[in-house]
Amino acid sequence: MSDPDDRAPVEATTLDGNAMAGDLRELFAVDVTAARYKCAGCGHADAVATLMLWGAPTGRVARCPHCSDVVLRVVRAPDRVFLDLHGCVRLEVPLADS
Amino acid sequence: MAIISRGFGGRRRESVPGLPPGQYLTHDFPVLSAGPTPRIPLDRWRFTIQTETGESTSWNWDEFTALPAEDYTVDIHCVTKWSKLGTTWRGVSLDTLMENVESAADYTMVHSFGGYTTNVPMEDLLDGKAWIAYKFDGEDLAPEHGGPARLVVPHLYFWKSAKWVNGIQLMNEDEPGFWEAAGYHMYGDPWLEQRYQGD
Ligand SMILES: [Zn+2]
Repeated sequence: MSDPDDRAPVEATTLDGNAMAGDLRELFAVDVTAARYKCAGCGHADAVATLMLWGAPTGRVARCPHCSDVVLRVVRAPDRVFLDLHGCVRLEVPLADS
Repeated sequence: MAIISRGFGGRRRESVPGLPPGQYLTHDFPVLSAGPTPRIPLDRWRFTIQTETGESTSWNWDEFTALPAEDYTVDIHCVTKWSKLGTTWRGVSLDTLMENVESAADYTMVHSFGGYTTNVPMEDLLDGKAWIAYKFDGEDLAPEHGGPARLVVPHLYFWKSAKWVNGIQLMNEDEPGFWEAAGYHMYGDPWLEQRYQGD
């Protein structure tokens, strides 16, 4: 007998990051500016579109309008894009057909 | 969609000596800003070196500007591809600042007012390779260019030359700073075009 929360995560350990591809494709196919962020610095939550954007030539820096901490950073290399989410504890993404 | 704008009107001149690969000459001084420009009153300015054992050495503005200063002329190279040759600065050499600091640390994290950070190996700050500058072109360093004082470490890409600097933390292990954590190279040698991670 084991209680329902005691199930060994056998299935999960057989999966790698590729198993998330479908989820991520769906996530990044949407307009992320319509998503809501939650700031890691102060907990403030609002639409990504309301972040204060700094267009440094090195990359874009989006800061929390409440505490001015960095929430998102986007660095574009010729062959890659880096999305840094250090300052964001959660992204809440509305789905188109819900 | 173009996420970053390229170029500052500089022209490629392959024949210019002293220009690292992929760089363009500019005669302006473009401003690279990732946030609001901090305005630091000189009576609140402090510069602190903290060693890996937690010991601090710090200077206020009067103490700092009373230290022996050097006038020096260097070329600077921004990762966004502009270079500016023969820039003139006045500042205090890191050799002077480290003179009485006991440390065996190999790495440093440079800290700024406003929260910016960048990592630089200890040896890249010593032996006449780096200064905390407070004058540019004979004038007090303007806030948009990093005043009251900024790090100038000209042999690395210019994002390593932290503006509005207020301290250096000495570390046993390397750690990424602000842009390094977001995809830029940990070291940033312009002659090797170390722009992004993996370059
Ligand atoms: Zn915040």
